[in-house]
Amino acid sequence: MADQLQTGADVKTAPPAIDAPDAAPNGGPTSSSAPVLSTENVHVFYDGIPAVKEVTMDIPRHRVTAFIGPSGCGKSTLLRSFNRMNDLIPSAEVTGKVLYHGQDLYGSGVDPVEVRKHIGMVFQKPNPFPKSIYDNVAFGPKVLGMKVDMDEVVENSLRHAALWDEVKDRLKQSAFGMSGGQQQRLCIARALATNPDVLLMDEPCSALDPIATGRIEDLMVRLREEYTIVIVTHNMQQATRVSDRTAFLTVELDEQDNRTGVVVEYDETEKVFSQPSDSRTEAYVTGRIG
Amino acid sequence: MPDPDRQDRETRSRMRTSARQAITAAGADTESLALGRRSKSEAWKSVAFLALMLFCVLVALALLVTLIIDAFIDGSSRLNADLLTQFPSGVPENAGLQSAIFGSLWVIGMMIITVVPLAVGAAIYLEEYADRSKWYNRIVELNIQNLAAVPSIVFGILGLGLIVRGPLDLGFVAYAGSLTLALLVLPTVILASREAIRSVPSSLSDGSMALGATKWQTIWHHVLPNAIPGIATGTILAVSRAIGETAPLLLVGATVFVTFNPEGPFSEGYTTLPVQIFNWVSRPQDEFRTLAAAGIIVLLFILLLMNSFAIWIRNRYARQT
Repeated sequence: MADQLQTGADVKTAPPAIDAPDAAPNGGPTSSSAPVLSTENVHVFYDGIPAVKEVTMDIPRHRVTAFIGPSGCGKSTLLRSFNRMNDLIPSAEVTGKVLYHGQDLYGSGVDPVEVRKHIGMVFQKPNPFPKSIYDNVAFGPKVLGMKVDMDEVVENSLRHAALWDEVKDRLKQSAFGMSGGQQQRLCIARALATNPDVLLMDEPCSALDPIATGRIEDLMVRLREEYTIVIVTHNMQQATRVSDRTAFLTVELDEQDNRTGVVVEYDETEKVFSQPSDSRTEAYVTGRIG
Repeated sequence: MPDPDRQDRETRSRMRTSARQAITAAGADTESLALGRRSKSEAWKSVAFLALMLFCVLVALALLVTLIIDAFIDGSSRLNADLLTQFPSGVPENAGLQSAIFGSLWVIGMMIITVVPLAVGAAIYLEEYADRSKWYNRIVELNIQNLAAVPSIVFGILGLGLIVRGPLDLGFVAYAGSLTLALLVLPTVILASREAIRSVPSSLSDGSMALGATKWQTIWHHVLPNAIPGIATGTILAVSRAIGETAPLLLVGATVFVTFNPEGPFSEGYTTLPVQIFNWVSRPQDEFRTLAAAGIIVLLFILLLMNSFAIWIRNRYARQT
């Protein structure tokens, strides 16, 4: 399956890195040395006004990294710069470098479509396609031209997303008949079907009830074995439950009252929540602000 | 030491007061919670508004029903199989609509085949690719809106100069009529298709793009299938308008007394239903008026058939989503 990912790949990433999810099924600390993603002085602008500025950080491999912070601090904007989804917004512009296994995602000659094959995304609101459950999962491998046993890919992806047992008897039914939590897990299965390396999750539980949220959180912890996960969350408890590292972002106002997000602190989750080094982080995580 | 009696009285009086207050309070509550009770003027306004809207619907409906009934009364005596199978003739008893029906079907059928891909393509460009900050895209948009308001006879002149003669030089063939009508309804179908494409939620295309699908794959697999109901509605409107058009067709070769069916879109000589009806109406003999009324019924029936087909397509795709 990993071979198929290479077809037509313009991104000149190191092949071992792409093979890794299959090659190192145990994942874990062995491969945590080199970061999967690292940013160098990244700014994201909307209509020339910075929404996030001066972000320099490393996202470690096979870890869950959480972005927390108040509304409008640019968490989602930053996340969307990791798979070039910001390209779809005409007024958005990214400067600086986002390195994926050492290669700049914004370098010349990089095809954003290829980037998104390697870096999958799950959105805030479950957005299944108005198709059957099977077709939702099969869509990615189909359009990417992956020559795979589709039934097998669909089953594996749904098993990975802890959804198989619930839907195996109604794969041909519309995805809209599922509950919100099931729909979100279907969206995760859909993202996994293309065998990505990184999974970006933009507040994946904000539209779900606590039980469905719990299931997705369990899933994230399990998926960490094989994937690098970056999650944006409003929910600080969620960050402590699922993430290994946490970045706290906040809003700074400039002279013209433009709101710009900055990364205040980025460290092991435990440290960010128990001994934050910045007073703004402390105020936020102890609930005094935000 | 206070008098126990007096104390008792005072207590009772206090209780009465509080009870009264409670009742008053309850009364106030009942008033503010008066579910189902509305002020008379508000209720009257609602009824009046409903009546007004109903009146508007009835006026439109009454006109249509009157037209149909009137056409039926006038034309029922000629509404038979002969009308459909005979060709135009100077003798009213022998006159029929066969060549006009086939002409209309050819002209409108070829028009749909031509206009839908053109309009959908233009709509996709304008909605998905065009950068609105560029002046030429704004000019294109403005012109499409203006074209929708150009009188049909102007398109007839354009068709004569551009399609029948001029650069395309097709001659007076059915397809010249199709192309002229296609130009006429193109703005309508483009506007409807753009509306349909715009109403496809962006979360769908985001989901598709995030899986590594290209823009074209996203449009083909998600945007277009979900826009089909809206595009079908736009096409219904276009067909309804085009099937009744007479003036531009008179300029691009639709004639009367065509006693043969068009062999294809590029064979010379054709007529259409409205052109034939127009000719019959303008004749002095009463028999031809009867024929015209019967022709109107046939035209309405064909329009209904075509629209039913488009509605069937619309519902078929609407149910999938």
